[in-house]
Amino acid sequence: MARAVTTQHKTIATAAAWIVALLIFFPILYTIITSFKSEQEAIQGFALIPSGTFESYSEVQQQSGYFKFFFNSVLLSVGSTILALLIAVPAAWSMAFSPTKRTKDILMWMLSTKMMPAVAVLFPIYLIFRDTGLLDSRIGLMVMLMLINLPIVVWMLYTYFREIPGEILEAARMDGASLWKEIIYVLTPMAVPGIASTMLLNIILAWNEAFWTIRLTTTNAAPLTAFISSFSSPQGLFWAKLSAASTLAIAPILIMGWFSQKQLVRGLTFGAVK
Amino acid sequence: MATQQTRSLARFMMAPSVILLFIWMIVPLAFTLWFSFLQYNPLNPIRDGFVGLSNYKLFYDNPAFFAAILNTLTIVVAVLLITIIGGILLALLLDQPIWGQGIVRILVISPFFVMPPVAALVWKNMIMHPQYGVFADIARFFGAQPIDWFGQHPLTAVIIIVAWQWLPFATLILLTSLQSLDGEQKEAAEMDGAGFLSRFIYLTLPHMSRAITVVILIQTIFLLSIYAEILVTTNGGPGYASTNLPFLVYQKALLEFKIGQASAGGVIAVILANIVAFFAMRAVGKNLDK
Repeated sequence: MARAVTTQHKTIATAAAWIVALLIFFPILYTIITSFKSEQEAIQGFALIPSGTFESYSEVQQQSGYFKFFFNSVLLSVGSTILALLIAVPAAWSMAFSPTKRTKDILMWMLSTKMMPAVAVLFPIYLIFRDTGLLDSRIGLMVMLMLINLPIVVWMLYTYFREIPGEILEAARMDGASLWKEIIYVLTPMAVPGIASTMLLNIILAWNEAFWTIRLTTTNAAPLTAFISSFSSPQGLFWAKLSAASTLAIAPILIMGWFSQKQLVRGLTFGAVK
Repeated sequence: MATQQTRSLARFMMAPSVILLFIWMIVPLAFTLWFSFLQYNPLNPIRDGFVGLSNYKLFYDNPAFFAAILNTLTIVVAVLLITIIGGILLALLLDQPIWGQGIVRILVISPFFVMPPVAALVWKNMIMHPQYGVFADIARFFGAQPIDWFGQHPLTAVIIIVAWQWLPFATLILLTSLQSLDGEQKEAAEMDGAGFLSRFIYLTLPHMSRAITVVILIQTIFLLSIYAEILVTTNGGPGYASTNLPFLVYQKALLEFKIGQASAGGVIAVILANIVAFFAMRAVGKNLDK
């Protein structure tokens, strides 16, 4: 009897969960479906079965050179993340293992820089970029993205590093390991999972950053966010193409995101929810 | 204990992050503050010069200003309400034993990974388009008049899109918190005859309170500076109906080239964000001590 109730309960819960999940996922699903339609089909009304043409994909590449933007997105997100890690790992390490009274304040202050609305400093940054020739350059944007995400990177690394038992470091120190050896041989292997998670989340954040990447680029350094925004200007109804471009823009990060759910919670809540 | 050497090394290792972030925080902000006291128009520099507080007055007298403040707060509050309430309900549902939970989670979390311009364009064209959108198809199916979302309810449309992007985030965090709830406690409450509602109010909700706080704080930071979604869909219009503070500042600076006024708006945006940040910091700081 009890068993039957459980199964019934599970069936209802399953049905409800799937319906809600599919509704939430629908806009993405429909974009993917539409990307395999012809332009004609795309505006003919609601239809879930596309004719399965790849026309739009090849047109997106031919007309606007999708891969240039894709390449920029990869370069900017990965580049800015590596840059951020290089600067943040030492800082997070020292905060986690030699904390002082001010460590907490410094962490808080770092986080507070994240709360400054980007738009408030848009024009000064624009001027600085223009006068130093960094406008529409990959290096400039890479540094920009690094600065934006640096606080989160430091925080995430800090919460991971803090969980590494200090006794192991003590032991290594007793054995006469120098500080650099300690970092390379003891700390790094234990910290790699945390660093990898941080990297994953930060690449996602950088990939989707859609203020500076749109405002500080024109053609050379423009990543996918800028590419997609260019579709917002009225140019007729090219929905199959728009869908193909959108699918290409979100697919890599969507797949990465699926693997980083746990880290996402931890990273974005600064370790407060695990 | 840390030796003098380790301590100075620690300081040395922290220096690059601290110095970079300090420059990043201070230099542009100082410029903005300075510009906010200037008449500064790159296209028409003849009358440029120091004007004191008049930019703030101009910004304040602009009817768009209050519309923008109101819209900014409306977006934040509406999206928070939708995502927190929706997120709690969804988390409760996903916490049930269900078949294919892994896939369901993946489907639910997906919108969070969609870059803002894509989310906005997909909703604008394929879902909410008054003629060819899915909503219009549904309306016609029921014999109703399709709604012109971006013409008649621009702010609601923006709120729906942003809520769709953030609901997954709230759900994921609330679900994580829910799953860390002690099973024995739940069972004990059940045995004592506590119904679903009282279990929810006296056990589940208090347990989730910290996660809810965190969701509110983090979303608020991002929601205060919604930009791409508005740029792509309504462009702030019609009129100022869907202009928020960041978008107004952007318009003043890069479309009208009124740098002084834009900077004054920027300073106001910083003050607004700081008020929120003050509360955010305290709450996150408390959680740090645990």
